[in-house]
Amino acid sequence: MTTASPAAPSTATIHRWTPVSRTASGALAALLLALAFAPFVFAPEVTAKLTVLFVLVIVAAMWNALAGYAGLVSVGQQGFIGLGAYGVFLLVDRGMSPFPAVVLAALLAGAVAVPTSLLAFRLTGGQFAIGMWAIAEFFRLVVVNTPSLGGGSGRSLTDLSGTDPAVRQAQVYWLALALMSLLLLAVFVLLRSRTGASLEAIRDDPVGAASVGVRVTSAKRLVFVLAAVGCAAAGGLTLANTLRVQPDSIFGVHWSAYMIFMVVIGGLGTFEGPIIGAIVFFLVQDWFGDNGGTWYLIGLGALAIGMTLWMPLGLWGTVARRRDLELLPVGYRVRTPRRLTR
Amino acid sequence: MSLLSIESLEVRHGLLRAVREVSFTVDEGEVVAMVGANGAGKSTLMRAVAGAHRPADGRIRLDGVDVTARRAHDRVAAGIALVPEGRRLFADLTVEENLLVASRVKRSGPWDLAAVLAAFPLLDGLLKRRAGNLSGGEQQAVAIGRALMTNPRLLLLDEVSLGLAPIVVDTLYQSLGTILSGGTTVLLVEQDLGRALGVSRRVLCMLEGRVVLDESADAVTREQVVDAYFGLSRAKGGGAANPATAVPEESEREPA
Amino acid sequence: MNWINAIVQGVMLGGVYALFACGLSLMFGVMRTVNLSHGDLAVLGAFLVAVLAAAVGISPFFAVLLVLPVMGLVGVALQRGILSTALRTGEMSSMLATFGLAIVLQNVLLEIFSADSRSLDVGSLATAGFQLGPSVSIPYLGALTVAVAVALLGGLQLLLARTGIGRAIRATAADADTAELVGIDSRRVYAWAAAIAVATAGLAGAFFAMRSSFSPSMGPTQLLFAFEVVVIGGLGSLWGTLAGGMVLGVAQTVGAQVDPRFSIVAGHAVFLAVLAFRPQGLLGMRRSRT
Repeated sequence: MTTASPAAPSTATIHRWTPVSRTASGALAALLLALAFAPFVFAPEVTAKLTVLFVLVIVAAMWNALAGYAGLVSVGQQGFIGLGAYGVFLLVDRGMSPFPAVVLAALLAGAVAVPTSLLAFRLTGGQFAIGMWAIAEFFRLVVVNTPSLGGGSGRSLTDLSGTDPAVRQAQVYWLALALMSLLLLAVFVLLRSRTGASLEAIRDDPVGAASVGVRVTSAKRLVFVLAAVGCAAAGGLTLANTLRVQPDSIFGVHWSAYMIFMVVIGGLGTFEGPIIGAIVFFLVQDWFGDNGGTWYLIGLGALAIGMTLWMPLGLWGTVARRRDLELLPVGYRVRTPRRLTR
Repeated sequence: MSLLSIESLEVRHGLLRAVREVSFTVDEGEVVAMVGANGAGKSTLMRAVAGAHRPADGRIRLDGVDVTARRAHDRVAAGIALVPEGRRLFADLTVEENLLVASRVKRSGPWDLAAVLAAFPLLDGLLKRRAGNLSGGEQQAVAIGRALMTNPRLLLLDEVSLGLAPIVVDTLYQSLGTILSGGTTVLLVEQDLGRALGVSRRVLCMLEGRVVLDESADAVTREQVVDAYFGLSRAKGGGAANPATAVPEESEREPA
Repeated sequence: MNWINAIVQGVMLGGVYALFACGLSLMFGVMRTVNLSHGDLAVLGAFLVAVLAAAVGISPFFAVLLVLPVMGLVGVALQRGILSTALRTGEMSSMLATFGLAIVLQNVLLEIFSADSRSLDVGSLATAGFQLGPSVSIPYLGALTVAVAVALLGGLQLLLARTGIGRAIRATAADADTAELVGIDSRRVYAWAAAIAVATAGLAGAFFAMRSSFSPSMGPTQLLFAFEVVVIGGLGSLWGTLAGGMVLGVAQTVGAQVDPRFSIVAGHAVFLAVLAFRPQGLLGMRRSRT
């Protein structure tokens, strides 16, 4: 990120948008708009796949907001994914129709995230990471031990199976597209706000940030709650897309593996990275098929190790640094006559 | 042959060139004081000599042997010991453990636990105390003692009086007197010019990463040092950047 | 009394958990990093013991002795190959890299050994025990596990507190850069710590495999339990790790006594309760820094 330097000449200007980022943001908005027409053009199988991609983009963006900006590495976000899916059942059982239930369940998961953060924030670093995992396991076991939610064998969302599959698929797709756009916008707005600047200060130097009056914990908590809402939305969408969930898969730690993989591949701590990582991951998964098997996972794991060790900025981070690119302007840029400050 | 020889040393912190093309030598048995403003590069230079900071360029030789590529613990084995700025004791270890942990380097010499305690009477009765619970002066004594436990040929002292009351500094320097007169080669960074000139035979002054003055302590006047310190007159070399473009200060690690 | 029996069984189980947690605790204490592949390394150890015992036809106990140094070398390789590079960029990198390693290890084991459960045959020792009162029986294997856990954790605690090597390890843990300045080779200390941590993980895996069936996919759960043990016991205290193991084990067996479904939940609940009411752990102390 660019920072103002006291030595910069007085002709330096601080700005956020560049011609490149204006074009890119416009293009992204246009792309999202164009994607809205996909159900009219493509078969339901295609939109079902795209829905999976949107879910991946959501969880990757959420994990990146946590790890890349708030410095909170979690291997327990699947806890909120599962809560989002099972929250839909709870609401549907009380007479709510499924699609609003997906949204409300996500918000409820955000409410659960507040007390969760009180516990989890007592841990830092790697302990926070596994602590979140333990909490996710706790959520899973609560669901497994609740017979009305189907227990360990899972439950189907019967309320939607009555509607025409093509119509239903289109509706799920639109909901996924809308939620993804909203959540990406939320992350974008959050990162551009004062809180976003605080978060970067926290990530780079927590003690220093606190000493200049940054409210470390409340900024982190805000991201934590947003990430919970986003992951829960992803869980609800997964349920709406597949119509059936099992606790072991929706609360599975493989979600964390995917999130880490996507963000590490794309570029931790950049806005664009996780989106690119999600697309790469989606294509790889599509290539190997659903029963990717052990070699596929061995490859993913090895790639995660390799990227972390030798390309820690990820694909996008590496390109962006080399080219000085930022498609979606999250940070500030200082332009000086001799470009001293990069 | 000189004990320490530094040849066109260049040390960077990211883009900042903290030490720039520094060359000088220190002879066996010499006590050399290094002065300079905050951020002049003194601590970075000391840390580079000790091996805590990898230089970007240049050579460091100890007794003719190139140690530039060696890691810090290896240089301790070769006879270089640094008392780091801010003391950096192992807070959860006792005083005794802090001292003994440095004796794992099997170098023979006069320094052992008893010798350190004899040199620093203020540590009497504190051996079992946690180092983190000591006063600043006591901590500094432990830090110096810890470096001595490695029986160094070259002792690097970085700002031993930093943050200490003058009376405590007097006590420390009394103890140091025995060490300084014992034939150990010492390179010390000291903010107090009077003290620096008092204990040393030679004074180096750094300004913006460069050595701008290198004179025998007898031959140099206080005014000359002060001028060099502030860059008012270029004693040697010159060519430094405009003093108005402030060099960012090194971070101070002062324990609470 | 079934309850007393449940507590006794919990202590035995706690012995295994304490063994699992030992290496995790040590690695966290020394390198300030959580090794997310710890559980899978333990499973690797169990499989190595099983394969060796079967191939050479020796007792699993003898096989363990041969596997421990191998696991130690695996630890050194982990340190040299992954952690030393990752730690340079920060704790986050080492977490991400060891998580990647966990996935690789688990799936390599799956590929070689399939997902089937298997067990490590220790003959009559698996079932034999002695009666303690009318309704409490103590299995020899359980007692042995607890004894090994006490000896291991106690021995490590003594090593750290009393020996020169222990001082060097603690100094490196507190401040590796400064440890280098007093002549300690911090990389070697790290390599030793990783070797001990991974070897004890292998030991834990072997003991686990002797008492119940195991499969390639059990690594993550063991990591989770080991982590809960470390937090319950208190960071930076190996005696705390031993106590934490017992507490988690007892929580799970007593929970199971109430209702078999509550076994694991009870363990997580105790962990969350400790986090809520005693975040420094049962025997943990607040760390201080200069």
